[in-house]
Amino acid sequence: MNLIDATFQKLKGQGKTALIPFLTVGDPDVNATVDLIAELEKAGADILELGVPYSDPLADGPVIQRASERALKQQITIGSCLEAAGQARVRGVELPFVLFTYYNPVMQMGLDTFFKAASEHHISGLIIPDLPFEESAEVLEHADRAGIHLIPLVAPTSEGRIASILSKARGFVYCVSSLGVTGMRSSFHEGIEGFLGSVKKGTDLPVAVGFGISTHEQVERFSAICDGVVVGSAIVREIEKHLPLLEKEESKPEGLLQIRNFVSQLKE
Amino acid sequence: MIQSQVPDERGRFGSFGGRYVPETLMNALMELEEAYRKHAEDPSFQEEIAYLLKEYSGRKTPLYYAERLSKQLGGAKIYLKREDLNHTGAHKINNAIGQGVLAKRMGKTKIIAETGAGQHGVASATVAALLGLECKVFMGEEDMKRQQLNVFRMRLLGAEVVPVVSGTRTLKDACNETLRYWVSHVDDTFYILGSATGPHPYPMMVRNFQRVIGDETRAQILEAEGRLPDLVVAAVGGGSNAIGMFYPFIGDASVKLVGVEAAGKGIDTPYHAATMTQGSKGVFQGSLSYLLQDEHGQVQPAHSISAGLDYPGIGPEHAYLKDMERAKYVPITDQEAVDALQLLSRTEGIIPALESAHAVAEVVKLAPSLSADQIVVICLSGRGDKDVDSIMAYLGGEAQ
Repeated sequence: MNLIDATFQKLKGQGKTALIPFLTVGDPDVNATVDLIAELEKAGADILELGVPYSDPLADGPVIQRASERALKQQITIGSCLEAAGQARVRGVELPFVLFTYYNPVMQMGLDTFFKAASEHHISGLIIPDLPFEESAEVLEHADRAGIHLIPLVAPTSEGRIASILSKARGFVYCVSSLGVTGMRSSFHEGIEGFLGSVKKGTDLPVAVGFGISTHEQVERFSAICDGVVVGSAIVREIEKHLPLLEKEESKPEGLLQIRNFVSQLKE
Repeated sequence: MIQSQVPDERGRFGSFGGRYVPETLMNALMELEEAYRKHAEDPSFQEEIAYLLKEYSGRKTPLYYAERLSKQLGGAKIYLKREDLNHTGAHKINNAIGQGVLAKRMGKTKIIAETGAGQHGVASATVAALLGLECKVFMGEEDMKRQQLNVFRMRLLGAEVVPVVSGTRTLKDACNETLRYWVSHVDDTFYILGSATGPHPYPMMVRNFQRVIGDETRAQILEAEGRLPDLVVAAVGGGSNAIGMFYPFIGDASVKLVGVEAAGKGIDTPYHAATMTQGSKGVFQGSLSYLLQDEHGQVQPAHSISAGLDYPGIGPEHAYLKDMERAKYVPITDQEAVDALQLLSRTEGIIPALESAHAVAEVVKLAPSLSADQIVVICLSGRGDKDVDSIMAYLGGEAQ
């Protein structure tokens, strides 16, 4: 069974919502990412989104853009992102990994090579923000064969497209909370509850919400109506804030603790 | 005819094109396609555009026989399609008028646009003023420094120029930022994309708004020479003037089509924008095409003295024409372009845009090998006034 399915099943039994944090791999370096993954698990993360840094992240706001730039300066590739996941697993991290990557790095690696490597490095799910379902047939076929869930995004503007998207959905459905790119915000799309409700009605899969969720209050609000909540930019911004700590071996434990505390309080 | 076959209903030119964008934009792109197809069949839409092209922009533009240049190069008869004589000084206005009229008919009150050198930004700001639309132009901070005059021009026209500080702070990132803004304001905003790039339906729509260049040229050369040209040459960055020029000739097997891309400091250096010669297939800013990238799929920055060609991607229809070997794509360096610019200035009294000078430079190379009865058409896509500062800097203040 795919780890994502097992995780949601377990949480459902406990009446809980999945907390899904996001990290840009290689920010500030791969070792720190592996450490952060372990910390986030301790902080209560249920599933982890691992962002592959990209030169042209057009679905991302300034916080994740900056993280991407920092990671690319470390020569991080999609291959090194997969390896980071593998290393974390070797270190004993048990939660499922979802890779978040733009399509071009996957395409350049080649679908066969990519999915083989992704399986080997314990990737359970894949989100490609610039691959709408019309373009996704080949990737979906490969993903299914590899036992990796291709998780679709659904936006408040998807409207008539929702049914088609849901018919191809695997793992869970990722609902975009508002029009716009990733990043913290204080308000969400009007009628967000109705939108989430209509998605839930259309699928038996768990429904998660993300884009802009950054505080404990927001996590609580969406936990009441969703099966999973993604927090991305807020965590990446915390990492950015504590870069001076994370970049030095002697102060790293303190930096990791800061990030862990931030993520813990999101759920408490 | 080949023309009617591409793109298919998925926006594919062969294997190229498509729609690789965030889900939030998909409905907007589908609405845009539907509105475009509906209005394109409406005679009053076509009439309004034809009227503005004629009375506002001054079309049709001349197809001028460059006699002194032809004689000096000692080969074929060279004609210049004078897109530089359009209002605002370049072919960009053709597309801006088309999309502006479409935006208005779709009931949109706000338009956004990306710009590199500022030509498409100026064209969009112009059309926004003409049609009473609110206009924001996204421009890389680097480009704003290099093109201060165009920044001021856009502001004079009432547009807001938004500095882009992400990534390379040039055209590529201005495009990213415009798309990001559009994702957040897709409800009431129309994106006037300036090149034959991006997600479907833009490459098709931009081509159709630019094909007036090739349609006029075809009729003009038949009138002047009684036959079609042997060679048609145009510069390609994203490729809008080139596809507009090439498109009506695609079915004419005897007409060779040559796209000229920027080789910058040389294709054997990292400083070029030779997407076709040096790039490989990839997905970038909404479509599958050729792309300058590293082995891991990270987009590489481009370089050209010409800001309009300084772009690591190219429109998908050009990729299609290259792969089916209907058009050929060749590189021209900064130096060759500047030399050609000076040659054209002195032989014909026409200072071309640096972009267009690349097309001239290719003909300078080819002409001596052609015979006197052969006919060549160059798309002179814009005028050089905007580039005088860059050329002066390049030449160290002295024309050579």
